[in-house]
Amino acid sequence: MKTSGIRTWMAAMVASSLFMAGCSAGASDSEGQAKKDSMTIAFTAEPVNLDFTSTSGIAIPEALMENVYESLVRVDGEGEIQPGLAQDWDVSEDRKTYTFHLQKGVKFSNGADLTSEDVKFSYERVQNDWKNALKSKMDIVDSIKAPDDLTVEISLKKPSNTWLFNLTSLVGAVFDTEGTDDLANKAIGTGPFAIEKFTRGQSIDFTARDDYWGETPGVKNVQFKYFQDAVSASNALKSGEIDVVSNLQAPELAGEFQSSDYQIISGTTNGEVVLSMNNAKGIFKDQKAREAVMHAIDRKAVLDTAWAGYGELIGSMVPPTDPYYEDLTGVWDYDPQKAKDLVREAGIEGETFAFTVPNLPYAKAISEIVSAQLKEVGLKADIETQEFPAVWLDKTFTEHKFDMSVINHAEPRDILTVFSNDYYIGYDDSKIKKIAEKADTGTEEEYVSGMKEIAKTITEDAASDFLFLFPNLVIAKSDVAGIPANRVSDAFRIADLSWN
Amino acid sequence: MIIYVANRAIQFLLALIVASVVVFALMSILPGNAAQVALGTNATPDAVAALEAQYGLDQPPLIRYFNWVMGMLTGDFGTSYVTGAAITPVIVGSVQVTGILVIAAIFLAIVIAVPLGTFAALEQRNWIGVTISALSQIGIAVPNFLAAIILVIVFSLTLGWFPSQGWMAPVEGLGGFLIRLVLPVVSLALVQAAILTRYVRSAVLDVMREDYIRTARAKGLTRTKALFVHGLRNAAIPVITVAGVQLATLLVGAVIIEQIFVIPGIGSELVRAVANRDLVTVQGIVMVLVFLVLIINLIVDVLYPIVDPRIRNAS
Repeated sequence: MKTSGIRTWMAAMVASSLFMAGCSAGASDSEGQAKKDSMTIAFTAEPVNLDFTSTSGIAIPEALMENVYESLVRVDGEGEIQPGLAQDWDVSEDRKTYTFHLQKGVKFSNGADLTSEDVKFSYERVQNDWKNALKSKMDIVDSIKAPDDLTVEISLKKPSNTWLFNLTSLVGAVFDTEGTDDLANKAIGTGPFAIEKFTRGQSIDFTARDDYWGETPGVKNVQFKYFQDAVSASNALKSGEIDVVSNLQAPELAGEFQSSDYQIISGTTNGEVVLSMNNAKGIFKDQKAREAVMHAIDRKAVLDTAWAGYGELIGSMVPPTDPYYEDLTGVWDYDPQKAKDLVREAGIEGETFAFTVPNLPYAKAISEIVSAQLKEVGLKADIETQEFPAVWLDKTFTEHKFDMSVINHAEPRDILTVFSNDYYIGYDDSKIKKIAEKADTGTEEEYVSGMKEIAKTITEDAASDFLFLFPNLVIAKSDVAGIPANRVSDAFRIADLSWN
Repeated sequence: MIIYVANRAIQFLLALIVASVVVFALMSILPGNAAQVALGTNATPDAVAALEAQYGLDQPPLIRYFNWVMGMLTGDFGTSYVTGAAITPVIVGSVQVTGILVIAAIFLAIVIAVPLGTFAALEQRNWIGVTISALSQIGIAVPNFLAAIILVIVFSLTLGWFPSQGWMAPVEGLGGFLIRLVLPVVSLALVQAAILTRYVRSAVLDVMREDYIRTARAKGLTRTKALFVHGLRNAAIPVITVAGVQLATLLVGAVIIEQIFVIPGIGSELVRAVANRDLVTVQGIVMVLVFLVLIINLIVDVLYPIVDPRIRNAS
């Protein structure tokens, strides 16, 4: 009697698991048929709401820019500025006034027509109503005029080469004059997609719009799905629940996808992984001490150990997709003996310094190898892991309580922000300030040459060690097409995606 | 009986008040500034100060505490710094999800543990009893997250029976809901079932040694029958206690399981809110968790005298 009880019990379990297996088999079959018009992409940073005008962070523009919201101009995979909502534009002789000619027949997802008034409204709103810290990028705008429905005239206080590029970022987003009531939950834009459903912390469902002014997207339904854990994301890809993992946060997992079923894309981003040193106080105030670090770090070994070799050595705060990129990897060679000499000259042999490390996977991995390499030349790192963002932002970034830290500075063209006086690194920008101003107001050639000079000065000052450029590591099913190799802007453009 | 219940209720309220003070104080001394986190690495000090004022972070702690407690009493947990949205619906939604997980897990654990534990006790000298004991010992040693990872590898990646992550509300589709529920619930339940099995086993063994069972057997009942008729009710008391404690542990275990399976429960909300220094949300969630744990204990306390008249009479 007892054994038959167990048998019944086991039979029930087997039966129920078979039932479940049947359910899941059915589910994947129906998925297979629907495949060609839908795609699911995994992301890490999740938007807390849909309003990037009041909330910082990359997650919201990543999902919304170029997909839901569009700007007058956009930046392509090579870093070139391309027409967006403006089909072309003229720049005045004094280079202070831009006249944009809008595309015809553009409609917002609520059915309203795009007019120059919408652009004027949106950009004035940046100056007046935005709470996002990036709004200062529009400070340079003096006046905006809308002489007719399809023309926008924007006058700047002074000529600026960076402003037009800044328009490709979220500050350039064009909103409908009637569409900003509930930005946190409702995104109304001119882009190829509209948001079907937003489940906070979980997913965003996009549907391609039938009335889009430009080319029809390759996939009708796209879902962004948010995973805080890289292993969960890669499991979901393996079991077929998602199609693409954008920016894999655990490069060691990439090896598991080296088969013909998958493609591994490793392009560039705007993220410079900076071994930042406190230039303003402490042991690294002395340039010799910083130079010692520059010679002590074997950047190739750091990249190979900490990020499985994915990424690029850059040697400066400039990614190769910026117009003023220059290979500066040769400025500071790996030379432990020279480093030792410099440590001795600076009189800091055997000294312990505070190395504050955000609790991010890459930072933790880097801190271990960097401190081992510094130990070789007689510097002792006292590693303190700080929770990111809260604790790191508080202690290291705001209070400047650190000697060394490591962080991926992901903003596009952020060299002047990071190496300004009041930023946490504490770099004395008196040498570069004038050059920067001249570069921004000068011609395009002057801009490029000026910015090159700035990048070189900062690198030569050993202001910080630029360890490597963070890779755009994407893993996708092999039949997914149109994934941009390089991430040049915040946006993750989904209009180009399709199935082979 | 009434005094006993009133006593427990007063203890419950006191604990809740103390917890609210502790939670509020802890949140206040936590490093990290909510306004700074919300504004990110490009914020100016002015902008941070303005946002602090907007959140009321510049007010004295006592006033903030008072406002917070009064709000909760009226069912308003406040507005999130980070999302700018009301917290109450977020908490209600995520508690429902976690509730489903935890209740399903404890139910499954009991369904597995009661027959297995009883069986292990009745057959303690048999190889079956020994095997069950050994398996439950192993089960106790396996943490929830490891069970989850193993289950995903076997049933999701290798066999492809269940999705490796995700959640679907029952109203969106019952099949999808159930299939996504299986792995998280099983990974939560296995460990609890193992623990519970051992308690059931020892409770049954204790009961079997009691005089009344011997009397019952002397009257001609079989061992199994004596246990079922006279013993199980007594064996239930320690098991109810343990199940109550486990329910509380499960709430905590669910935090990790929700991360692994990407489930929008209270644990995921908590982790997200902590990372964003969304203090009002963290406070609210922690208070809800404290409330749930305390209420579970209260229910267990109240259940004792109902199950066991000896406790009722003693109190």
